[in-house]
Amino acid sequence: MQRPSFFARALASGLCALALSSTLHAQELTVSAAASLTNAFQAIGQAYEKAHPGSRITFNFAASGPLLAQIQQGAPVDVFASADQETMNRAATARLLTDGTRADFAQNTLVVVVPSSATKTPQALQGLAGADFKRIATGTPATVPVGRYTMEAVQKAGLTDALHPRWIFGESVRQVLNYVARGEVDAGFVYRTDALIERDKTRIAFTVPTDNPVRYPIAQVASSKNADGARQFITFVRSAQGQDILGRYGFSKP
Amino acid sequence: MARRRFPGHALADAFLMLPMVLPPTVLGYYLIVVVGRNGVLGRYLDQWFGIHLMFTWQGAVIAASIVSLPLIYKAARAAFEDADPRMVLAARTLGASELEIFLRISLPLAGRGVVAGLMLAFARAMGEFGATLMIAGNLPGKTQTLSIAVYDAVQAGNDAQALWLTLLISVVCMCVLMASSRLLQAQH
Repeated sequence: MQRPSFFARALASGLCALALSSTLHAQELTVSAAASLTNAFQAIGQAYEKAHPGSRITFNFAASGPLLAQIQQGAPVDVFASADQETMNRAATARLLTDGTRADFAQNTLVVVVPSSATKTPQALQGLAGADFKRIATGTPATVPVGRYTMEAVQKAGLTDALHPRWIFGESVRQVLNYVARGEVDAGFVYRTDALIERDKTRIAFTVPTDNPVRYPIAQVASSKNADGARQFITFVRSAQGQDILGRYGFSKP
Repeated sequence: MARRRFPGHALADAFLMLPMVLPPTVLGYYLIVVVGRNGVLGRYLDQWFGIHLMFTWQGAVIAASIVSLPLIYKAARAAFEDADPRMVLAARTLGASELEIFLRISLPLAGRGVVAGLMLAFARAMGEFGATLMIAGNLPGKTQTLSIAVYDAVQAGNDAQALWLTLLISVVCMCVLMASSRLLQAQH
């Protein structure tokens, strides 16, 4: 008999490994979460895995808009946590969530940060209209919640036209933070918790008042194949232990 | 590069081809480190000339040029190597200067190959995404290229717009490919 080719054997062993790895992690959970939750959720994930032996969490961090688009296109996600109500409302309207699983779990504030090397620090939104702030970063308003909060606040302050030519739009709040930390922009809009991550390279100039509070909702994705795990994770995030970890990263209770 | 072998020839050759195989994100990072506002060169461009490359279309042009450089280089090199060396020798015996030889003999002989390479490079530059996004950002009306606009439309769930942009890019790239391969065929 002819021996199976190298390619066929490689393919077969690859498939075996794949099958094995998927049965080993029957309790695998995929969580799509807003970029601003990156550090806090990684810590929560570790605590969760410790509390639920055998479970494994894969995180998918990005701006809330792209995460929603991925779920819409059928990404195998179990839990979705967004940085604003609007994105979660869109998910609900598109019938992507399991009814009765949605809950707010954390709150944040919008701040303006400047590079720590900056010589001028604005005191309020009006200050950003000055000549020292030629480039101001925020998220792309259509897909990144921090961009939407920013535009609402700027519009309310009557600065839409004044700031219009100065915007640099980032793909997520963490990209905005990176632009400020590298000194590529003169100021940027991020959440307080992000500013705390880059404490050495950025400085909080002031807190921006927002009409809608920056409140984070979480929900189970309707197409989840691990509904029990998804519900357990949401419960864990909202538990005293989960809230404690969120608090350590600067989030407040909803 | 085509005519002479010099010390470090292989190294220079690999360096010029590098942008073709390096991930665009690596090129983007190099660019940020070099021409960013606090970059190795960017700092002086800013202080001395007031030139900013981050978040400008000029930055996007630099990214696209570097990424498409290997295509021009490879096509031009092959074309110069193909040209009959006896023509050059004949010109030299007739007393032509090196510059004259290049402009009136080598370049016209290699012309089609160089133009074909330019067209391929144009198509590649049009499709540039990663490095451009990293250095020029994604500013609608300023630095948003066609390929970044497609990415943006898909992220925002705007499938109709993504489809139109995709069709437009596909048609242009098909035309460029067909034109360049016709040019090369005519040469042989």
